[in-house]
Amino acid sequence: MMALNRLVSSSAGGALLRPLSALSLCTAADTPITVETSIPFVGHKCDPPSRSVTTTATELLSFFRDMALMRRMEIASDSLYKSKLIRGFCHLYDGQEAVAVGMESAITKKDCIITAYRDHCIFLGRGGALVEAFAELMGRRAGCSKGKGGSMHFYKKDSGFYGGHGIVGAQVPLGCGLAFGQKYAKDGTVTFAMYGDGAANQGQLFEALNMAALWDLPAILVCENNHYGMGTAEWRAAKSPAYYKRGDYVPGLKVDGMDVLAVKQACKFAKEYALQNGPLILEMDTYRYHGHSMSDPGSTYRTRDEISGVRQERDPIERDIEKEVRKEVDEAIAQAKESPMPDPSELFKDVYVKGYGVESFGADRKEVRGVLP
Amino acid sequence: MASSLQIIGAACAAFSCSSTKHGTPSLVSVPERRHGGVGFSRSNGAVSAIAGSGVRRGVVANATKVDASATATKTGHELLLFEALREGLEEEMDRDPRVCVFGEDVGHYGGSYKVTKDLAQKYGDLRVLDTPIAENSFTGMAIGAAMTGLRPIVEGMNMGFLLLAFNQISNNCGMLHYTSGGQFTIPTVIRGPGGVGRQLGAEHSQRLESYFQSIPGIQMVACSTPYNAKGLMKAAIRSENPVILFEHVLLYNLKERIPDEEYVLSLEEAEMVRPGEHVTILTYSRMRYHVMQAAKTLVNKGYDPEVIDIRSLKPFDLYTIGNSVKKTHRVLIVEECMRTGGIGASLTASINESFHDYLDAPIMCLSSQDVPTPYAGTLEEWTVVQPAQIVTAVEQLCK
Repeated sequence: MMALNRLVSSSAGGALLRPLSALSLCTAADTPITVETSIPFVGHKCDPPSRSVTTTATELLSFFRDMALMRRMEIASDSLYKSKLIRGFCHLYDGQEAVAVGMESAITKKDCIITAYRDHCIFLGRGGALVEAFAELMGRRAGCSKGKGGSMHFYKKDSGFYGGHGIVGAQVPLGCGLAFGQKYAKDGTVTFAMYGDGAANQGQLFEALNMAALWDLPAILVCENNHYGMGTAEWRAAKSPAYYKRGDYVPGLKVDGMDVLAVKQACKFAKEYALQNGPLILEMDTYRYHGHSMSDPGSTYRTRDEISGVRQERDPIERDIEKEVRKEVDEAIAQAKESPMPDPSELFKDVYVKGYGVESFGADRKEVRGVLP
Repeated sequence: MASSLQIIGAACAAFSCSSTKHGTPSLVSVPERRHGGVGFSRSNGAVSAIAGSGVRRGVVANATKVDASATATKTGHELLLFEALREGLEEEMDRDPRVCVFGEDVGHYGGSYKVTKDLAQKYGDLRVLDTPIAENSFTGMAIGAAMTGLRPIVEGMNMGFLLLAFNQISNNCGMLHYTSGGQFTIPTVIRGPGGVGRQLGAEHSQRLESYFQSIPGIQMVACSTPYNAKGLMKAAIRSENPVILFEHVLLYNLKERIPDEEYVLSLEEAEMVRPGEHVTILTYSRMRYHVMQAAKTLVNKGYDPEVIDIRSLKPFDLYTIGNSVKKTHRVLIVEECMRTGGIGASLTASINESFHDYLDAPIMCLSSQDVPTPYAGTLEEWTVVQPAQIVTAVEQLCK
C-alpha cells in the first residue's frame, strides 16, 4: 500500500510497522498516526481539506486487507468468467479499490451509496458477503439478488447500498432522491451517488445536481474518473475533463483516487460539507486495469505501457499478505458453486408486491386464472 | 361451449403452484379441458375455486352499487373530477406522512389542472415539491425517495412529458423490485393528463398506454368518473407497486356526487357501467362517454349492450370481462389508445386466449387512428372513435 510505504519511509514510527502482519499484535495499533497525502487536493469553490490524514495502524491494516480482498475477488471473477461460470455483462473494479475502501472508512452504513454497474466491490465494502457476490455473479439462488440481478444489480438494503444500476447516469437522479429521503427524515445522513467519467456527460446528472443544490440535499456526487468511458478516452468525450468543476455553482474537490487515505479524508470532508451546505462533487482520479467489461480486452484504446505504468507508480495496493485473502475468496467461490440455480417459480416472484390490502386478484398475471365450463 | 378452458393469464405462463418441482420450466401453457362451472381462483397457496355463475368475489365492493345508493339517498357530496383526485390525495397525505408530491408547478401554482391546489400551503414545500422542468431526473429522484421508504406521487404536467422520463419509469421504477430480488419496493404513483381533446396538438394529446403497458412491474389504471378517480388515486398511493394513473384532459370538470365515507377501490377491477345481454363493450377513460352515448342509440334500436369500463389497464380484470363474454358472446373494444400495439390489441389477444370458445363472432376493436394528433378540430375529432362508429360496429357484430 502506497500510504504504508510512505509511512514506513518517512515517519519516525516506521520501525514499528515492519512487518505488517505484526501490526495487529502491536500495542500501538490504535495510536493515531498522521500521514500526509502525496498529491494535494484541488478545490473548486471550496477550501480543500488538509493533506494530513489521521489513521491508526489497525485501520491501515484493515484497508490493506479490504483492498486485497476486493482485488482478489475481481481477479477470481475474471477467471470464473473465462471458465463460463459467469456470463453476461461483468465489469471489474480492480485498480479502483481505494475509492470503495476509503469512502467506507469515512461514513456509516446509515449513509447511502448508489453506483452504476461496476458494483461488486462497493457491495463488498458495504458489508456484503463474498459468497453472495459470487453466487449472484453465477446466477445462483444464494446470490444477493437471488440470481435475478446479475453483475450489474447488487444491492444491500440493510446497510444502505442502493445498487447496482445498468443504465449509465440514471442512478444519479436516484441518488439525489435518496438524499431527498434523508433530508425528509432529518436523520443527518448523506448519499454518495457514484458515476464514471463517461456518465459525467449525461444530461440527467446536471438536472439532478440542479435540484440537489436547489434544495440543499445531502448528496455527494462521486465521479470515479478512470479516464475511459468504455473505450473512449475522457478528452474525446468531454470538452472539460475537469469533472470536479463541472457542477459550476456546485463546489467540487479533486482527489487522488489511488490513495485510500486521500479518499478517506475527502469523503469525511464531503459528508460534513454536504450536511451543512448541500451537494458537492468529488472527482476521484483512478484507473481500472481491466477493460470496460469482459468483452473488452482493454488494450485497443490505451497502451500496455500505460497500464503497467499505473500499476508500478500508482497502484493502491502492493502485494503482500495475500495468501489468506486468496483462501477466503476460493472458499467463497466453492460455497457459491454449491448454491443451486434459482427455482423456476422464481421467474414470476418479485415482479409485483402482493398483499397491500386493495387487490382483488394479484397484479402478477400468472395469478389471474380461471376455469370455465 | 360446453368445453372448458383453463386460463393462466394472458402471459400464458405455465408455472403453476404445483409445478415447482419440475427441473425445467415449460414455457407453453397447455389448455386443460374439463367440465365444470365458471370459476376463478386466487392462487396464492390456497386455491379457492369459485364455481357456478352468480358467484361474486368477496373482496371488492361493487362500485356501481355504491354509486347508485349515493345518488339515490342524496348523501355524499358533489364535486368535479379534479377535486375528487385532490380529495383522495389530501386524505392520503393526512393519513400517511410519507406521501409527497413531485412535479412541475404542483406547489405554489397549484398544479396545471389544480389537482394539488393549496396542498403546498397545507403540507409545506418539502411534501409538495415544485420541481424544475426536468422530468427524467425528478422522476428518478422520486424513485430514489421511494427506495428510502417515502411514497412519492409524480405528476406529469402532461403525460407526453413523461416520455422524457421513460428510462426511469421503465428501468428503475418497473424493474428495481425484481432486480434487487425483492429487497426494494417502489411505491410510487405516476399520474397526469393525457388523451385527445382541446386541440392541444400532437405532443400534448398523447395516448401512451401502449408505450407503458409492456413495462414489467408497473400497474396501470385509468379513471373516468369522480368516484373512481378518488378511489383509484387512494388505492394507487397505498399500493406497494408503482402505479401509473391515467387521467383525461377532457374529464377533469366532470361532476358527480360521491360518498362522504372513505372508500378505496381495487386497482385490478373493472366497473360494470351498464349490464346488458347482446354485446360486451369494453372501454375506459373518456371513451366510456362515447360508448354511453352510442348505447342510448343502440337501446332505441332494440339492442341491449353491456358496457364495462375496464379501469385496470394492467393487468386486465379477466374475471369481470370473462363473465361478460360468457353471457353475450360478442365483444367490442372501444379505446382511445393507438391502434398498433395498444390496450385494445392486448385485450383482444387476452380474450382470444382465454375465452375463445365463448365467442360467436370475432372481437372488434375500435381504436384511435395511428396518427400524430392533429391540431384542427375536425381532424382531431376524426382521430378518436365517435359514437356513430360504435353504433355501426355493434350492428355489424350482432348481425
